[in-house]
Amino acid sequence: MRGQEARDQAERKAAMATLAQSSGDDIVRLWNEAGLPSQVELLRGPETGLVTLRGRIGGDGAPFNVGEATVTRATVRLPSGQVGHCYALGRDKQKAKLAAIADALWQDPARRTEVETRLIAPLRSALTTAQEKRHAETAATKVDFFTMVRGED
Amino acid sequence: MYVAVKGGEAAIANAHSLLADRRRGDRSVPALRLDQIVEQLALGVDRVMSEGSLYDRELAALAIVQARGDMIEAIFLVRAYRTTLPRFGYSKPIDTGAMRVERRVSATYKDLPGGQLLGPTFDYTHRLLDPELAAGADVAEPLRRETEAQAMPRVSAILAHEGLIEPDGEMPQDHVPGDITREPLEFPMARDIRLQALSRGDEGFLLALGYSTQRGYARNHPFVGEIRIGEVELELDVPELPFAAPLGTVRVTECQMVNQFKGSAKAPPQFTRGYGLVFGQSERKAMAMALCDRALRASELGEDIVAAAQDEEFVISHSDNVQATGFVEHLKLPHYVDFQAELDLVRRMRAEYEAREDPAKIEEKREAAE
Repeated sequence: MRGQEARDQAERKAAMATLAQSSGDDIVRLWNEAGLPSQVELLRGPETGLVTLRGRIGGDGAPFNVGEATVTRATVRLPSGQVGHCYALGRDKQKAKLAAIADALWQDPARRTEVETRLIAPLRSALTTAQEKRHAETAATKVDFFTMVRGED
Repeated sequence: MYVAVKGGEAAIANAHSLLADRRRGDRSVPALRLDQIVEQLALGVDRVMSEGSLYDRELAALAIVQARGDMIEAIFLVRAYRTTLPRFGYSKPIDTGAMRVERRVSATYKDLPGGQLLGPTFDYTHRLLDPELAAGADVAEPLRRETEAQAMPRVSAILAHEGLIEPDGEMPQDHVPGDITREPLEFPMARDIRLQALSRGDEGFLLALGYSTQRGYARNHPFVGEIRIGEVELELDVPELPFAAPLGTVRVTECQMVNQFKGSAKAPPQFTRGYGLVFGQSERKAMAMALCDRALRASELGEDIVAAAQDEEFVISHSDNVQATGFVEHLKLPHYVDFQAELDLVRRMRAEYEAREDPAKIEEKREAAE
């Protein structure tokens, strides 16, 4: 049971991360295609605020504050009772609301698969494609050193 | 007696509508869209984010347009906007070791794990103006090389194996990171607070100070151990979730400067370090920050303080360009009463001076006048 709970949490977090990283336009498009519900009770927000971003001295030392970032959050409750949350960088309130609904739906065992396959999976695949492209473009700029042999021996 | 003077309301209103007109410029030229600025003036956007101390590309782009491209004005606008928003909390510290790297170079090791990745750099360009760009020529897609993802440990971790470099900067166990947006600056300050101030500091000011250390004012023999640019994931602990909320990714630039150090009463000979971490792709700024961070550690390392770049109060008090521009630019606002008072004072001093210098002449003058 412990293990299952930890796995569920990891999957839920991964779904939230995918939503947070995706663009609002992509989420809206897939949302409409999948016909997911948008009638929910708004418990908080969507509202925009600041999160202070922290780094570590030297990369891995003591934490310090670097600067702020805009973050928009929302909390919603489904008619079936599940409460969903979203925190995402930026000021896109529509995205935060939909992502919070997605999080609530995800917690409903009857809807989880639908959310995963119709929404999260295509978003994740688009993010992965974009990351792989960027990775390959960066890899093409890798320096291949070669040695010039000079002299007779 | 002090008489309050009002006026200029119509002039101010008209000046602002004139500003709006000049900002728009020739109406036959298409208006700039924010996405054009975000995409095509990306490094300018990054500078406004870093010195405005607010990570939000669209807002930075809006600020740049509103300020007609005046970067310090744009930074000022972003800083002012920040104050209107509530604070949700402090993120978990980002892990630059897990960065999705878009550029990574080291000047100290040729063959380091993960390799040298040049990324989208100005380095090795010829700095010749490109007429094709002016003509709006199409740009080819970049080449790709399919490779396995490779771990890219920070160079500092590689050097640490030999024990010849100091560890990452640590603070006492119970130390809470200071926040200059909450508490006023106090000197001397801890390194974490200094780094926060430097990260939002003016690029030009820090660049000049960093340059001064290279030219011999607080010389500290720097090498670029590593510069890495890329995206890192951001997370926030919130009470309503049983795990840290994932917020998305931000692009940052990190610079590890490695400095030779001959040792002092406080520390043995070793390599010491300066650290830079800045929003966006801001390589010059991250390097300048790292140079200044190292110079400002003089008293911690038992070095003599002989140069401006080592003077914490001097550097940190003057690194913020919003404060600096506010105080310099306020001089152009009406000071009529102050100046009248000074004018009166100078007239009296002059009269006294002249009376002292040559009383007879003054007397003559007075008589002539009569």
